[in-house]
Amino acid sequence: MSTATTNAPQKRSFTAAASVYVNERTSIAGFVKELGRKAFPDHWSFLLGEVALFAFVVVLISGTFLTFFFQASMAEVHYNGSYVPLKGVEMSVAMASTLDISFDIRGGLFVRQMHHWAALLFVAAIGLHMLRIFFTGAFRKPRELNWVIGFVLFILAMAEGFTGYSLPDDLLSGNGLAIINGMIKGFPLVGTWMSFLLFGGEFPGTDIVGRLYTLHILLLPALVVAFVALHLVFVVVHKHTQYAGPGKTPGNAVGPPILPVYAAKAGGFFFIVFGVLALIASLFTINPIWNYGPYDPSPVSAGTQPDWYIGFADGALRLIPPGWEFVWLDRTWSFNILVPIIAIGVFIVLALMYPFIEAWVKGDKREHHIADRPRNAPTRTAIGAAGVTFYAGLWAAASSDLLATHFSLTMEGVIHALQAVVILGPFVAYFITKRVCIALQKKDREIVLHGFESGRIVKLPGGEFIEVHEPLDEYERWRLVSFETYEPLMLRPNSRGKITFGQRLRAGMSRWFFEDRIAPVTKGELEAGHGEHH
Amino acid sequence: MIPKRRRSMSENRKSPMNRQKRRTGRRHPLATVALLALGLVFTGGAYAAFSTGTAQAESSANSQQTIDEGKKLFQANCATCHGLEAQGTTEGPSLIGVGAAAVDFQVGTGRMPMQMQGPQAQQKPVQFTDEQVKQLAYYVASLGPGPDIPADHLTNGGGDAANGAELFRINCAMCHNVAGAGGALTEGKFAPPLTDVSGVHIYEAMVTGPQNMPVFNDMNISPEDKRDIITYLKYVQDNRSPGGFELGSIGPVAEGLFIWIFGLGSLVAITVWITAKSN
Repeated sequence: MSTATTNAPQKRSFTAAASVYVNERTSIAGFVKELGRKAFPDHWSFLLGEVALFAFVVVLISGTFLTFFFQASMAEVHYNGSYVPLKGVEMSVAMASTLDISFDIRGGLFVRQMHHWAALLFVAAIGLHMLRIFFTGAFRKPRELNWVIGFVLFILAMAEGFTGYSLPDDLLSGNGLAIINGMIKGFPLVGTWMSFLLFGGEFPGTDIVGRLYTLHILLLPALVVAFVALHLVFVVVHKHTQYAGPGKTPGNAVGPPILPVYAAKAGGFFFIVFGVLALIASLFTINPIWNYGPYDPSPVSAGTQPDWYIGFADGALRLIPPGWEFVWLDRTWSFNILVPIIAIGVFIVLALMYPFIEAWVKGDKREHHIADRPRNAPTRTAIGAAGVTFYAGLWAAASSDLLATHFSLTMEGVIHALQAVVILGPFVAYFITKRVCIALQKKDREIVLHGFESGRIVKLPGGEFIEVHEPLDEYERWRLVSFETYEPLMLRPNSRGKITFGQRLRAGMSRWFFEDRIAPVTKGELEAGHGEHH
Repeated sequence: MIPKRRRSMSENRKSPMNRQKRRTGRRHPLATVALLALGLVFTGGAYAAFSTGTAQAESSANSQQTIDEGKKLFQANCATCHGLEAQGTTEGPSLIGVGAAAVDFQVGTGRMPMQMQGPQAQQKPVQFTDEQVKQLAYYVASLGPGPDIPADHLTNGGGDAANGAELFRINCAMCHNVAGAGGALTEGKFAPPLTDVSGVHIYEAMVTGPQNMPVFNDMNISPEDKRDIITYLKYVQDNRSPGGFELGSIGPVAEGLFIWIFGLGSLVAITVWITAKSN
């Protein structure tokens, strides 16, 4: 490095010369030095976000290819390509060009399938990544805003997916749009106006594919890229979280540096993700629009479902009992549509705001850089399990008909069971998860204090048998004892001697969160425990 | 052995898929009768198709001998529920006027004799030989006029697949799924998958409306349109998906499960491998 600024003509390798050339013109060295020495903690669950990112890159690359051949027009043509069972059928140019991509453009079907599989993987990886963040408490200060950005990305990804699979103008996606149209029209007073605005007239009209195309390839990708960039900048600014361990403090980040080790791993991992997607795309059919045929408002196929990430909304609609729509004040009030929309909206807002809610309940304004083990935050983990159960119940309901046929059940039985899962399941899941977490914490305490069962049975001179407990090593013990507990907030009058409703609420929430808790083993307990010699 | 082989060959030509399984266990003495009957069925079927829109069971082709054999089989196997004269009982409906097509479908696909009462008759291994099925069919057809077994040219898949696909989407897909993968109905009933059904049985199902299926008579969907629908279904049966494995052709649910379990599952396994500490 020190030679870089001297202009003496020394023998330099090409790489060094090129680096110097670039640096003299961009001053990039400082940036590379700073960023390249960032440590990135090594744990498999920290790579889930990367799976999402790399899947998104695959989506971008394959999507660019598709835009060369896709025509977002709803003009009517008679299909004249290679697929026999659609020859001569009247369809939109969008559908015909998608069929051409599938059957008449070299590699088109492969890239189309790769695009779609990568999109499914993108949203799935986001989902798993979010669960990791939630259950390890990695959303706590200073990362609350990044949680919000990530959540916005999740919603943008769903929007990308929905606008994307609606583009071919096939029967399945047309039915999806018909449901969206119905949901929009379900809004009182403004619904019909909004529907006509979106579709440019009466559904389905001739505008929607072009409009969705603009959203799908211009607006939404730009937003996703912008938010991904912001998301990653925040990761660099905050440093990565890490799990508790010897030498790992809130002030450091222990792991291999980005350059060269981590960058090599991540770069290689991109090609692995690309390869897995290519393998799936070449072996497994996805969205066979040639089966679905062109959109026509009259037919609906059995087994019509949206892509998995919209499933929860479809399931919510399916679970509403009949008769929730009535006429009042000369208007139709579609509570069969409004209730699921409101329920899903509340769910999304609660999940989005959770970091702020938890921080408020705890009254905790400190920064947290050590990720929690889920058992050490029993109430949060239980709330997460309840949320997952709620979502999973809605999700499963989207496939109620397939559950019925594939498990020889009645459709009504499946629906009623899933209604119970969605309404009662979260409470059951909450209770069970909280108890399991507390039981695991008790077990951890037991292990720290008395060691783990070695399976070695010793007969004492007096004839008594005991099992020898082996003490933990210090590294393992560190992992088990280094976590924080909170106690319920005391209800105290404020400076004017009053107890406000907000404080009562907060104290109540705090009691709910932290009434049942297991404290980590203290140093004193540990020393006392060692004296006992079990 | 020679007559047996010849017989099976003649049947293979008609409908290869279902017949081959049942070649074993066939009995000799009826061979000539069956040959005769089959020849007559073709003639009669073709005649019926050409002469009138609704095929009549009263085709002159059915010899009294076939009908008598069918009656014996009927009384031994079906009369418990349908009555000795097929007049119906509390356990089963009257079969007078259902026609040969209904019997050929129900018995020929193994739905009858019914295994048990339930939301709908389940398919099970076929209980009779082809001759016996035909004998039963013509016995029932002799009781009253009804749809006949369709002629070969309507069921061999030689029509217009594109027209058939469009008709299938409009008339059939809401229960049977666009790719014929089947679908759910209410109260445990279901529309079965059409991925392994012969053309004859598809045609018979359309004209007789078995189980919960509506009848699509010739005024509703013409015989030529029915032929086109069968052509489309045969195309789907014979041509696997150009995109690779179909995952059951049941759409996004299978795709979502696949990407979560196998796509994301394999990548999570790889993340564990990448971050594993070397020992």
